[in-house]
Amino acid sequence: MKLLRSPAPALLLLGLISRAWAISVRNSRSSPVTVAAADTTHSGNSTGGNTTAENGGHGAAAITTLPIVTWKWHHVELPYLITLWVLVCWLVKLVLHLYKRLTIEIPESAMLILFGFILGGMIWGADKAQTFALQPRTFFFFLLPQIILDAGYFMPNKLFFSNMGAILIFAIIGTVWNAVAVGLSLYGVYLGGAMGNLDIDILQFMLFGSLLSAVDPVAVLAVFEEVHVNEVLFILVFGESLLNDGVTVVLYNVCDAFVSLGADKINAAEIIKGIVSFLVVAFGGSLIGVVFAILLSLLTRCTKNLQIIEPGFIFVVSYLSYLTAEMLSLSSILAITFCGVCCQKYVNANMAESSVTTVKYAMKVLANGSETIIFVFLGISAIDPNIWVWNTGFILLTVLFVLVYRIIGVFVLTWMLNRYRLIPIEIIDQVIMSYGGLRGGVAYGLAVLLDQAKIKEKNLMLCTTLIVVYFTVILQGVTMKPLVTWLKVKRSSKSELCLIEKLQNRAFDHILVAIEDISGQIGHNYMREKWNKFEERFIRPLLMKTSARKSQDQLFNVFHQLNLKDAISYVAEGERCGSLDFARSDNDANLVFKKKFGADLSDIIPDINSDLSDKDPYDIPLPSRENSLPSVCLDVEEEMRRKEVGDNNAHHLLQTHLYKARKQHRHRYSRKETGVNKDENEVQEIFQRTMRSRLESFKSTKMGVSQNKKLKPSKKDQVSNGNVTNHTGDDEGGIENPAFMPDAPPQTPPWSSSAQAEYGVAPSQMAQLRIPWSPGNLHRLAPLRISTRSNDSFLLADRPTTEEEQQPPNQPCGMKK
Amino acid sequence: MGSRASTLLREEEIEEIKKETGFSHSQITRLYSRFTSLDKGENGTLSREDFQRIPELAINPLGDRIINAFFPEGEDQVNFRGFMRTLAHFRPIEDNEKNKDPSGTEPLNSRTNKLLFAFRLYDLDRDDKISRDELLQVLRMMVGVNISDEQLGSIADRTIQEADQNGDNSISFNEFIKVLEKVDVEQKMSIRFLH
Repeated sequence: MKLLRSPAPALLLLGLISRAWAISVRNSRSSPVTVAAADTTHSGNSTGGNTTAENGGHGAAAITTLPIVTWKWHHVELPYLITLWVLVCWLVKLVLHLYKRLTIEIPESAMLILFGFILGGMIWGADKAQTFALQPRTFFFFLLPQIILDAGYFMPNKLFFSNMGAILIFAIIGTVWNAVAVGLSLYGVYLGGAMGNLDIDILQFMLFGSLLSAVDPVAVLAVFEEVHVNEVLFILVFGESLLNDGVTVVLYNVCDAFVSLGADKINAAEIIKGIVSFLVVAFGGSLIGVVFAILLSLLTRCTKNLQIIEPGFIFVVSYLSYLTAEMLSLSSILAITFCGVCCQKYVNANMAESSVTTVKYAMKVLANGSETIIFVFLGISAIDPNIWVWNTGFILLTVLFVLVYRIIGVFVLTWMLNRYRLIPIEIIDQVIMSYGGLRGGVAYGLAVLLDQAKIKEKNLMLCTTLIVVYFTVILQGVTMKPLVTWLKVKRSSKSELCLIEKLQNRAFDHILVAIEDISGQIGHNYMREKWNKFEERFIRPLLMKTSARKSQDQLFNVFHQLNLKDAISYVAEGERCGSLDFARSDNDANLVFKKKFGADLSDIIPDINSDLSDKDPYDIPLPSRENSLPSVCLDVEEEMRRKEVGDNNAHHLLQTHLYKARKQHRHRYSRKETGVNKDENEVQEIFQRTMRSRLESFKSTKMGVSQNKKLKPSKKDQVSNGNVTNHTGDDEGGIENPAFMPDAPPQTPPWSSSAQAEYGVAPSQMAQLRIPWSPGNLHRLAPLRISTRSNDSFLLADRPTTEEEQQPPNQPCGMKK
Repeated sequence: MGSRASTLLREEEIEEIKKETGFSHSQITRLYSRFTSLDKGENGTLSREDFQRIPELAINPLGDRIINAFFPEGEDQVNFRGFMRTLAHFRPIEDNEKNKDPSGTEPLNSRTNKLLFAFRLYDLDRDDKISRDELLQVLRMMVGVNISDEQLGSIADRTIQEADQNGDNSISFNEFIKVLEKVDVEQKMSIRFLH
């Protein structure tokens, strides 16, 4: 869009809009209306008042003639204002993104706040009162939950839980330290007289410290996501910001209660109650989240026939968890976080693909939108001279203390943690972590909630909070990126993995697990494995649909990129050939292929996009119709085409078919992108194969012959490690991207569809042997090996399929003897 | 050190192992007790059957290969020194070791040695190259049954194609290192050994 060359016209437009409705609102209202009816009684009054005015107007003022149209502002006032404000905030964001250069330098959140200042100024000019300040109720009930839900739902679980120890340490101890240190220091300085005359006592300082202690998830997300630090660093800061809500809420409420009680009533009992309340609030909130996650998963098990509304359930139930926790005065942020974290796996498996996509996008819209609104209003709320109480000592020292104690806290805690971590947190990461302790909307919301009656200096505190927020978000946000680059923080590598990296990563997982088993270590992986087994045996059958054993397409993007690269080179090759065998190709997979990438290829071949996009996918467009269409050749010789497509499939095949290790995959979390199931049939296969190879190598040394053995299938189900449950209906063939696997139907091995019901394992060409023993009874190996003569015990009476007979025996792993 | 049948671990041996592998005293004793518990024959060495007795290894796709890695070329028994030497590859790289002293040999758990361990899992004939067949074997071990040989072959070809630089249709150790340079090997090939 080249229309707007400077921000001036855009701003002018916004200014006009705000002026217009401000004036209209002022003219037609009887009392100030706050956005989103922050106060129910308030809105009840105003709407009640309006309706009576209207009714009174209709009743009292006798109409003399039939009005054709009437001005019904009061009728729509509230929803109109809300919607208009949402629109304005999003327009601001739109304007921002027109100037890409700007958003690269300055984080979006900072720009939004600055725009908020401007808007606030306009409103102040129009109204002489800040009618649209951010109300805490609006913030906590309508703007914050979806952001937290988005964070929890797309949380990279493995990373989160494997760093949980560090995250908890930072969240609990770090936050308490922040609160106490800031509060006490301020009190000390106050006693020292550097702040002049203020009507605050120590408890109020503690309260103030506690509300400032919370690192804000919204701000952290906004800044860190643009900076792209490595994922461990990100998860530490982000996880801390999510979990410290439990601490903040408790501290805030406890201090608030203490302030009400008065300093003299504080004794040991109260303090103990405070500690107990922390435990209750934190664990209670998390528990509620987990309970609702279970409910949600169970719900999605049954919604097969209701796929249209299915996505809605996620939002509704999660929001209920938030409200329930709020109702019970537990930590609502923790509740909705854990709801998202725990339900994501099951919900994604249970729901239809389209629902998963819908949820993904809807959540991003809501989260991003809310975040925008929050930052804009944080700016607007500042323009209120009522709260402009300046106290140099208080404000500057607060900012200083917040920063300093954050740094101290992070470094001390990291030093302690590094003694127990496998990979220590580097100094540079620590610097970023301390610098990334951003305060945001939560602190502001809590500050507004302060009771003016009890806390005389509320306005000062409010002002200070806002200044701290601005300092962290704007200043630290702006300088974060240069700092990261300057310090050469290890960035998250966004590059695609080549095949050998993927393979090797998986190999590493297997190797590590094996070494842990050999050395008898009970490490992370042991615990994780135990949890995985438990989860598979008990939780998954409960919460996941039986048919939901689909392998999810991980690294779809990688595959997509690869395909795109290949497609481009492919088409370029075709163009060189200049053949027009497009239409005659009966391999319509290529065309579906092209259609999918039509949008991406559009800048290379502009006309194909228009051609393909409005055609039915199975309709083959004839390029000869378009005279301007460059001649695209798809008639590369058959073999090469199949090879190309085969190559494209290589990544995908590898990805879907690599055995999972007994660890899970790592994800990478991003607000703007999305990305990721385990099959214990794999375990059986691996086991069979291992046993077979061991047997063969043993046999080959003992008898010098390698034979084609068939063994009697036995009840193989009881693998003693307990990780086998038979699943019927192995629909592994249903990999959901028909566009990229055109050969899938013919190439699906015929044996895999006729899976053995007893095993649920599709025997491969190689799987010619069935092993009669289970790993728990390995000692039986010894007698079997001794009896080299009794081969007939190994022969199978009935063969599984006839296919296998044709195949020569394979020695998969050459064990040297 | 030959296959000395010693059931007790002597101090000087601990010291030697400590110097060679970098494990701490308590780690070595702990691992020694593990070694003896695996050693059913009680002759101070482990054979392949001893390893295979560990049930979890049977369900690990690379289990047998890893077992193989413990045994030096051509031998069937591994003593405690060898056991520790192999395990030493998986020690986390510590900060003070990052500044390698140029005079000494590379520690066993350096990045290169870790990668060498992984490389040797593929390269059975020790010709310092992963040929297509060797790769195919490992792929077949790590992949489910639903992939046909043809598909697997194309994956193997593709893999080699991506990594191979000198065009000899196999992956040498240097090419292996190069292609994995972005991977955080230090983390992915380290486990925490309990003290």
